[in-house]
Amino acid sequence: MAFEQIKAGFDKYMADVEAKLEKAPERANLAPNRLYTPMDLGENFDYMEKLGFPGEYPYTRGVQPTMYRGRFWTMRMYAGFSTAEESNKRYRYLLANGGSGLSCAFDLPTQIGYDSTDPMSEGEVGKVGVAIDSLADMEILFDGIQLDKVSTSMTINAPASVLLAMYIAVAEKQGVSADKLRGTIQNDILKEYAARGTYIFPPKPSMRLITNIFEYCSKNVPLWNTISISGYHIREAGSTASQEIAFTIADGIAYVEAAIKAGLDVDAFAGRLSFFWNAHNNVLEEVAKFRASRRVWAKVMKERFGAKKAKSMMLRVHTQTAGSMLTAQQPNNNIVRVALQTAAAVMGGTQSLHTNSKDEALALPTTESVTIALRTQQIVAYESGLADTIDPLGGSYYVEALTDKIEAEAWEYIKKIDEIGGAPEAIAKGYIQKEIQDSAYKWQMEIEKGDRIIVGVNKFQQEEEAPKNLLRVDGSVGKLQADKIAALKARRDNAKVEETLAALKAACADESVNLMPYILDAVRAYATEGEICGVMREVFGEYQPHTTL
Amino acid sequence: MANVKVLVAKPGLDGHDRGAKVVARALRDAGFEVIYTGIRLTPEQIAEAALQDDVNVVALSLLSGAHNTLFPKVVELLKEKGLTDVLVIGGGVIPDADIPGLKAAGIAEVFTPGTPTSNIVDFINANVK
Repeated sequence: MAFEQIKAGFDKYMADVEAKLEKAPERANLAPNRLYTPMDLGENFDYMEKLGFPGEYPYTRGVQPTMYRGRFWTMRMYAGFSTAEESNKRYRYLLANGGSGLSCAFDLPTQIGYDSTDPMSEGEVGKVGVAIDSLADMEILFDGIQLDKVSTSMTINAPASVLLAMYIAVAEKQGVSADKLRGTIQNDILKEYAARGTYIFPPKPSMRLITNIFEYCSKNVPLWNTISISGYHIREAGSTASQEIAFTIADGIAYVEAAIKAGLDVDAFAGRLSFFWNAHNNVLEEVAKFRASRRVWAKVMKERFGAKKAKSMMLRVHTQTAGSMLTAQQPNNNIVRVALQTAAAVMGGTQSLHTNSKDEALALPTTESVTIALRTQQIVAYESGLADTIDPLGGSYYVEALTDKIEAEAWEYIKKIDEIGGAPEAIAKGYIQKEIQDSAYKWQMEIEKGDRIIVGVNKFQQEEEAPKNLLRVDGSVGKLQADKIAALKARRDNAKVEETLAALKAACADESVNLMPYILDAVRAYATEGEICGVMREVFGEYQPHTTL
Repeated sequence: MANVKVLVAKPGLDGHDRGAKVVARALRDAGFEVIYTGIRLTPEQIAEAALQDDVNVVALSLLSGAHNTLFPKVVELLKEKGLTDVLVIGGGVIPDADIPGLKAAGIAEVFTPGTPTSNIVDFINANVK
């Protein structure tokens, strides 16, 4: 049909609507247009350039040729609390109930390189994740789980090298060689500086550790995803959808640049880079975000870095539903929110997914609420039909227009960050943090003015009883871990520990050395995480944050 | 009330500071003088900052579950420094069951997820000494 005819029909439709508006007012403050038509795609919409086919550049429709027709996404539930013993039970429960991969949540002392006995760890041991102090804890965490049969994601950043070394060492004890290991370490320090907060070292040694891991894994742990470049936490901190992918891809550019500068060939490591997106409340905006992000990354890798291998250009992504969108009020409503967020992630073409539990605005999830969250994924996969065809919203006038818009906004930000001097510089100047917190403040004020409705929070409130059956991590975990560390120090070969730590320290001082083998030696000798990170702190110093308001 | 000074602080290792920053800005927009400490402070550092900056209010934010240990510790250290007039309030992912214990330990009020920032402003205006 000719565009003139569509335009004539559209003009008539608009005139009719305008005439009726006085009687039936619309919600006027919404950002999208009232209606989308082929005109929004433009007369010269180039299918092959914009969309192409699944598994083909620019990967708008998905990174694999068969997507969920081949197999569903990995249902990977983020879990971990208290001790390694308790968390091991939860992992086995999830695997027995259809979870298809593991995802480890570590407590904050573990994430920041402190032993449970460190004064800085007071009150935090075992709270937001499992407490891991040494290889001995890691052996318990994966007890009875064959590491060549499962893929494991670890949310660990500043000390990612240490936890990866522990994982490799556990596998060795199971007789599984490192080249069989599948999984992911988050290993994304830039977003820790910008949004999440579990940094240890300054940027320069942090980037060195990251490129050391890229290099070590490309030779020794080839199936491992060496980084999960994360927009999730940027979004949780309050960014918009466009900012989420723009700031994250800008971080990705910085990692690729650092690795190339360290002498690595782009196609030797880029295929193991992975991403981590948020699945937020606005379903169609989220679908468009996933599609736009794949297009942007493919172009970055091909045009900016000259990648040749297809895998280097594919944005493979893990997704988590938006924790910050769950409400403490009427928590059962969160089940519905998570189901919609799941639909968004699936229609967006995620490779793996964690679904949050209904009680997460109140506490860590109970087994019962985790089960509902996992079942939500299974219902979407098996019953909803959303996974029956690839990129089901491809060609939707609205979703295509929104994909273009988000892509354009992302390029705009990436350009700005380039002008500042790249993501590390933009973070050092506080630019990215400020953009995120401005968006967060705007969101909150919209809620308080009633421009944005959150059901149960600023509309449809009701009196309710305090929720029961919340998971509690009691204070005894700190004492348990302290006892374990004392027993470990009594039975290990302390001379060997000293020797490996001294070797690591010397290696830290020489920038040309890859630290991974030294960290592995210390881990195998049962040096604690705090001892290993302590040595690195001595040489590298600690990051001083840029705090803006 | 003229010149109410508020220290917004994040004790412990928790890096989630979206809430702390939003509250800090809302308090500033409401006319208070606001100092935000940034993340990962020890209770000692917070009490010391409260003393140095001579604040009227300390607003603590924590989402990691360590509130039962760290909030009372801040109150204790403030008292040790003679800051008995300082109003201490808290917020974050805090189960209802923990709130009576925190209040008994000297936290004047606890604001949980979904609280409008205007409630916090009103509470400070009504209770600051």
